[in-house]
Amino acid sequence: MSAHVNAPSRAPQDLSESITGGVGESPSRPDGNLKVRGDYAYSSDLWAEDMLWGATLRSPHPYARIAGIDVGQALAYPGVYAVLTHEDVPGDNRYGLKIVDQPVLAEDVVRFRGEAVALVAADHPETARRAVELIAVDYEVLDPVTDPKRAAHDGTLPKLHPESGRENNLVRYQPVVRGRQDVSADVVVSGTYTLGMQDQAFLGPESGLAIPAEDGGVELYLSTQDLHSDRKQTARALGLPPDKVRLTMSGVGGAFGGREDLSIQAHVCMLAMHTGKPVKMMYDREESFYGHVHRHPAEMYFEHGATREGKLVYLKARMYFDGGAYASKTPVVVGNATTLGTGPYEVPNVDIAGWGVYTNNPPCGAMRGLGAVQPAFAYEAQMDKLASALDMDPVELRQRNAVDQGSVLHTGQKLDYPAPVGELIERARNLPMPPERDPAAEPDIRDLPGGAANTTHGEDVARGVGYAAIIKNVSYAEGADDYSTARVSLQAVGGEAVAMVHTAAAEVGQGLVTVQQQIARTELGVERVNIHPNDTSVGDSGSSSASRQTYITGGAVKTACEAVRETLFERATARLGHAVPDLTIVDGKLVSDSHGVLADVVDILGDEVIECTREYHHRPTYPLDPETGQSELVHVQHAFSVHRAVVDVDTQLGLVKVVALDCVQDVGKSVNPDAIVGQIQGGAVQGMGLAVMEEIQVSDGLIRNPSFTDYLIPTILDTPPMKVDIIERGDPHAPYGVRGVGEPPTISAGPAVLAAIRAATGLDLTHAPAGPEHITGTAH
Amino acid sequence: MRLNLTVNGRPHQADEAWEGESLLHVLRERLGLPGSKNACEQGECGSCTVYLDDVPVCSCMVAAGQAQGRAVRTVEGLADGDRLDAVQQSFVDSGAVQCGFCTPGLLVQAHDLIERNPEPTDAEIRESLAGNLCRCTGYEKIMDAVRLAAQRKAVS
Ligand code: FES
Ligand code: FES
Repeated sequence: MSAHVNAPSRAPQDLSESITGGVGESPSRPDGNLKVRGDYAYSSDLWAEDMLWGATLRSPHPYARIAGIDVGQALAYPGVYAVLTHEDVPGDNRYGLKIVDQPVLAEDVVRFRGEAVALVAADHPETARRAVELIAVDYEVLDPVTDPKRAAHDGTLPKLHPESGRENNLVRYQPVVRGRQDVSADVVVSGTYTLGMQDQAFLGPESGLAIPAEDGGVELYLSTQDLHSDRKQTARALGLPPDKVRLTMSGVGGAFGGREDLSIQAHVCMLAMHTGKPVKMMYDREESFYGHVHRHPAEMYFEHGATREGKLVYLKARMYFDGGAYASKTPVVVGNATTLGTGPYEVPNVDIAGWGVYTNNPPCGAMRGLGAVQPAFAYEAQMDKLASALDMDPVELRQRNAVDQGSVLHTGQKLDYPAPVGELIERARNLPMPPERDPAAEPDIRDLPGGAANTTHGEDVARGVGYAAIIKNVSYAEGADDYSTARVSLQAVGGEAVAMVHTAAAEVGQGLVTVQQQIARTELGVERVNIHPNDTSVGDSGSSSASRQTYITGGAVKTACEAVRETLFERATARLGHAVPDLTIVDGKLVSDSHGVLADVVDILGDEVIECTREYHHRPTYPLDPETGQSELVHVQHAFSVHRAVVDVDTQLGLVKVVALDCVQDVGKSVNPDAIVGQIQGGAVQGMGLAVMEEIQVSDGLIRNPSFTDYLIPTILDTPPMKVDIIERGDPHAPYGVRGVGEPPTISAGPAVLAAIRAATGLDLTHAPAGPEHITGTAH
Repeated sequence: MRLNLTVNGRPHQADEAWEGESLLHVLRERLGLPGSKNACEQGECGSCTVYLDDVPVCSCMVAAGQAQGRAVRTVEGLADGDRLDAVQQSFVDSGAVQCGFCTPGLLVQAHDLIERNPEPTDAEIRESLAGNLCRCTGYEKIMDAVRLAAQRKAVS
């Protein structure tokens, strides 16, 4: 256990359960027992003696000037310990992931409905909430900027961030052009596709506990995707050096991108430092919809030209991404969307442009499949449209154009690793189909669209099948120095060699703790591997995002283990008095092919601890040329998946039942096959949700459905059985050959489901999600 | 308000509970039993599911006063000491736990299903778990876990 003097009760736990299994096996999670017992300490479970509860006052307006804030009544309310505004921000009142443009607490203006304006600490959560209502803010309401296209081009609109120095309300504009721009083609198809705003809808609410420390710093226990990024931004807001802001990960109830930006971090620390007491903050579900960023909605025009034989000739694409009030990950969304906009297809002549903009809509940022989800809906709809214009099998068309190792993408990057897209498509086609519905048999209505609502017994139900193939970049791109740090130690405990792995890499449910143990077991040949809680007392690991942790933090753990092993071998050599070639560790013993068993690891170790800390950096990537979007290596790796969806659609009512959602994916090296299947199935259902039901309804800058009553995510009834076919075509540049896993299935599932609905109905369906109103033609 | 109730077989007392507090809040914040989760507090997600006198309920929708004098069983009360209940063990073994935030509620709900219906069909499992949201797993491994738990309970 990390020895914080004033650790909260239910502090983060060491994971020391004894589980076996190395790389390539499927050991169970070391936190599984704690989780099924209800004993796993999530950040919302934290508790400290004498703690206060924090609450946040949020703007009711999407755009308004603040004329004044009166905290008097709130401060006088019994049980209230502090009411803070922007004047109380001790450091710099700005934060942000890529562009530092968001106030910790609003100053003279609020730019979205839900923006944090003031904070309260009180002795009971209800007291804090009531006090929040007593804060009087004098707003002068302004006309919000809500149209992303106008925000990009219309100079007459107010500039929401005049300090940015960029044109209009632009966050980033990026073209990617390659080949000839004056080409024509035998067959041309085009369409405009739109995507609603999706919510990550992680189940564990934003929460954390801050404890003021004696050295004038603060200890923060929280759930996040990136401890060091949080620390940097929080320390800046608090006006403290980073080492005075110490973060420890508590149990995370899912993330999916929604925990990359700050939520409670700076706020709860401010309250704790101001009151001198531990303070806990926890959002409820409605506040969570306002308290984190969402997936960027998009409007995308795509035009493809192809030969009569079905070879792509050109692609022209124009994409607009609504970043909302603050930049968050908008620059990366534009970068990813424009560099991945061709899909996993070779296109010789490309003219793509993407705009990411500021508006007064809710801020958008990271969500699983960042910037790759949106264009996938467009290019895959286009592939089907093109197939139909060519009267060609859509699977065949995709195969004819699929990239492969050696292909040069439109950024100029050559794929110098396997890119088995054709093989994935072929395997997807060959997966067994679910049984046909027997029109003669009495159906189980639970298997039909509408289910137990009993809306059909099979009449007006049409079946459709759809495919989607996608491409995603793995890890950070465009020249970012992407790395992770791991500290690994080895010592003898009770006659057994025990390794400890310590990183700051966030376990958010994906199973990184299991993977870290597997790598240590494989590299060190010992069975017992403990996982130290994630905290900032070890170096940066970057974010649990971009499908990168098994690759990057896995690489760091592997490298640190190798260093530990080397040290152990040196000691063994010294002890034995001679060098032994081909030394390995097997079952806690030093072994060589030539000499057999030489010694027990515990004997070599004696009382000493071998500890090594190492960083792993992936090979360098390079920025995009701002005018042409060319780059010799913009992404360190690409990942690919293919989904095949089968749906039944009640064409009268517009209800959809997804019957099957099967996936084929290249994972490079399957480090933990069972966990990978879990990632693929979970990711696919999020993609399916976006295709058929998930949309944050925003009008006039206001979220109309901030609850699980009105923002629907798939239930077990909405979800079909899902077959998963994993192939391993190792990437020679990556540790063990791994390829990022988490995001691709989220990207391919949605377009496949929409394709299947189009196949069943013959409709165009250019908006995701496609609800009953789109399928029945009653959408306005 | 003073609240007396039995939780996981033991009598508990909560002093100074507020009128508007939910049973979930009392369990988590007053009785030191945070195993039941609070993903929505709107009755929509099932993460707070507990037995109230042998019937699974969303404890976020039960006013603390309604639990006066009654018996509550939470996820913390499913295991028999060190021995996990078959439903718990099956969730671990089937990989049905990722972030685990949905797990406590699903376990209570699945436990109840198998008590009432020892050999549930897939359709019955889906129907009975339809009120429990999981954002991580896509539910396939949860289906596996419940099937496995039913099998294990049948032979034990
Ligand atoms: S927390 Fe009770 S149903 Fe969601
Ligand atoms: S495991 Fe994360 S919500 Fe179910």
